[in-house]
Amino acid sequence: MDLSYSQEHEAFRSEVVAFLREHADAAPRAGKGDAKAWQKLLIAHGYAARTIPRDYGGYGAEPDILKSRIIAEEFARAQTSPGMGGQGISMLVPTLLEMGSEDQKRQFIGPTLSGDLLWCQGYSEPDAGSDLASLRTKAVLDGDDWVVSGQKIWTSTAHLADWIFCLVRTEPEAAKHEGISFLLFSMKTPGIEVRPLVDMTGVANFNEVFFTDVRVPKHQIVGRRGEGWKVANAILKHERGSLADPNTMLSRLNTLSELMKTETVDGRRAIDDPVFRDRLMQVHGRVLAMRCNDLRLLSAAVNKTPASLAGMVVKLQGTELRHELEALAIDVMGEFGLLYTGSPQLRTQGSWQRDYMFFLGLIIGGGTSQIQKNIIAERGLGMPREPKTVST
Amino acid sequence: MQFDLSDEQAMLQDTVHRFLAEAGGLERARAFAAGGEARAVDLATGLAQLGVTGLLVAEEHGGSGLTLLDAALVAEVLGRHVAPTAFIGAAVLAPMALQRAGSRSQRDHWLPRLAAGSVTAGVALSEHAGAREDAAVEARDGRLHGRALFVIDHEADIYVIADRQGGLHLIAADAAGLTRTRLNTIDVTRPTGELRLDGVAAEPLEGANPALIRDLIDAGRVMYAADTLGAAQEMLDRAVAYAADRKQFGRPIGSFQAVKHMCAEMAAGLEPCRALVWYAGHALGALPGEASLTACHAKAHLAEVGTMVARTATEVHGGMGFTDLVGLHYWFKRIGFNRQMLGGPQRVREEAAQMVLSG
Repeated sequence: MDLSYSQEHEAFRSEVVAFLREHADAAPRAGKGDAKAWQKLLIAHGYAARTIPRDYGGYGAEPDILKSRIIAEEFARAQTSPGMGGQGISMLVPTLLEMGSEDQKRQFIGPTLSGDLLWCQGYSEPDAGSDLASLRTKAVLDGDDWVVSGQKIWTSTAHLADWIFCLVRTEPEAAKHEGISFLLFSMKTPGIEVRPLVDMTGVANFNEVFFTDVRVPKHQIVGRRGEGWKVANAILKHERGSLADPNTMLSRLNTLSELMKTETVDGRRAIDDPVFRDRLMQVHGRVLAMRCNDLRLLSAAVNKTPASLAGMVVKLQGTELRHELEALAIDVMGEFGLLYTGSPQLRTQGSWQRDYMFFLGLIIGGGTSQIQKNIIAERGLGMPREPKTVST
Repeated sequence: MQFDLSDEQAMLQDTVHRFLAEAGGLERARAFAAGGEARAVDLATGLAQLGVTGLLVAEEHGGSGLTLLDAALVAEVLGRHVAPTAFIGAAVLAPMALQRAGSRSQRDHWLPRLAAGSVTAGVALSEHAGAREDAAVEARDGRLHGRALFVIDHEADIYVIADRQGGLHLIAADAAGLTRTRLNTIDVTRPTGELRLDGVAAEPLEGANPALIRDLIDAGRVMYAADTLGAAQEMLDRAVAYAADRKQFGRPIGSFQAVKHMCAEMAAGLEPCRALVWYAGHALGALPGEASLTACHAKAHLAEVGTMVARTATEVHGGMGFTDLVGLHYWFKRIGFNRQMLGGPQRVREEAAQMVLSG
């Protein structure tokens, strides 16, 4: 047990801190500022796209989990944007690095990292949610083109995206996991219609995307025909964990403590109410457990030792916990907790209500809590699988 | 950066585990529960030979000078085997008290005996974690008066007793004026009791102060949390094994999502607890600024998760879970015991709140 960092890593931390002290003013804040210029500066210094080869537009450093962690910690501490995110950078780029052709890497990774190419992810369909591999959007080869028809749903940022990475069925006769291919195409291709889907928070981040005879050049496939499920799973590996960062939760908890010092009922501060204090400390204890669990995962990653169950529980526990944390804040505010937009009495810009709802979305999205429990039970605890029902 | 157990720590756990398994595990606890022995001498002797009693005692006094994290790892294994033996008082809190507050001659006399297991020490300080009824101990002119409740490791040869002001004293179990009464709790594996002190001659530990009492309570809380971790993990493992074995409607009950999800919820709750107990155990020695807070959280959080696991694992076993035949109730009761000792979850969370929210 040794929680200290080596001299090399402490020196690296000082570098990051010095960079932030000098440049943080140039970072975009609350949607204002030049996000692309900031991204470029971060890549040049190795604080974004750190381990991606220089040939593809990255910084080209050796992977070092602790250095990546130090960067994330210091940018969070400075409340400064850590650069661009989104599904292109976080999911497609790692997948192309692993499974893409040399041409695809050269064509797509650079512009994606620099923010010139925005992506959306075409996976889920109305009848393929938890059972994603039963997806039905089809692609038929016609000459030198795939012809894509069907519908996707829950497609975040489809209304903003330049390109889509999309799972389609190319081998209708094959078993369901073996008939899927992974295509890349421009959202400007004729035959694509995007309809926004307003969610319970009042925002249209999701979309439905309809494809009618969309022609995609044959070479815009990642991996081989019928290998799309394997390619997609290379991506899913990169998705986990980012949804429920315990350090973010801890800072949210501090904001909640501050809120409890200002909210009063009958003239008494919420923080002095023993029931609210107890609920706050219950959440605090659980957040602390997840933070220690995160430390364990970090250490396991650095030392390349398995920590399978500790990793499997993160999405389930983290999203449920964050939802409850936000719920407590609403109870603390009582009737004021019902305000959402445009009121002078609104607390913390309405973020408690918004995140309370948003995290219910995350409990469902990215593999529902119930699917997580199946994974924990079957892969983590080795429990028997559900017997297959006869498919219809 | 290494947040994991060392090879030595894994080996320590494995050694204690194999010894307790060979000693009979649950069956040994059953035999102890049948009565007839005040202490499980075979376990006490075996653990002393393995160095468990001298874990925290410095090498110069015949111990191995290990850390409180190592002690927590042993507590976890004891919980896993519902081991009916003294540990938290005798091998953790008493040596800690003597090392920190005892005079040179007190340390030279007592520590080698505690390390060897030839003397077992009980510890009475629950009044500093919430006094029940009129429990309180007063020290006047070298004598102790009053009443101490919920003594840890009650079946002992000597007692370390905290007085109201935060002083610590040693008395012999056969001292004149001392009346010992066993309290028959649901957890038969760890005897606790009450001491009535009617002018008992006591040997003060001169270096004691309220800060030390605080440290002792922190350490004790982490040990109870670790014991619950081991007990709950064992209950979960047994539930998973039972669900794979037991068939209804022509298939293992573990293939039904209703049962599967109960097990997943236990695992999802419990797995982060392991890291929390490691961290809290590490903090006791290495992170003094965080030790009290993490001890409170570990104690409260393990109490909650432990209670959930105790109930759920019993339910996964169906009717058999309710019987003495399967014996799950030994763990159920042990987890219940750990929950209340040195402060239940509400109490320790309020203490945590005072630390976090001051100002």
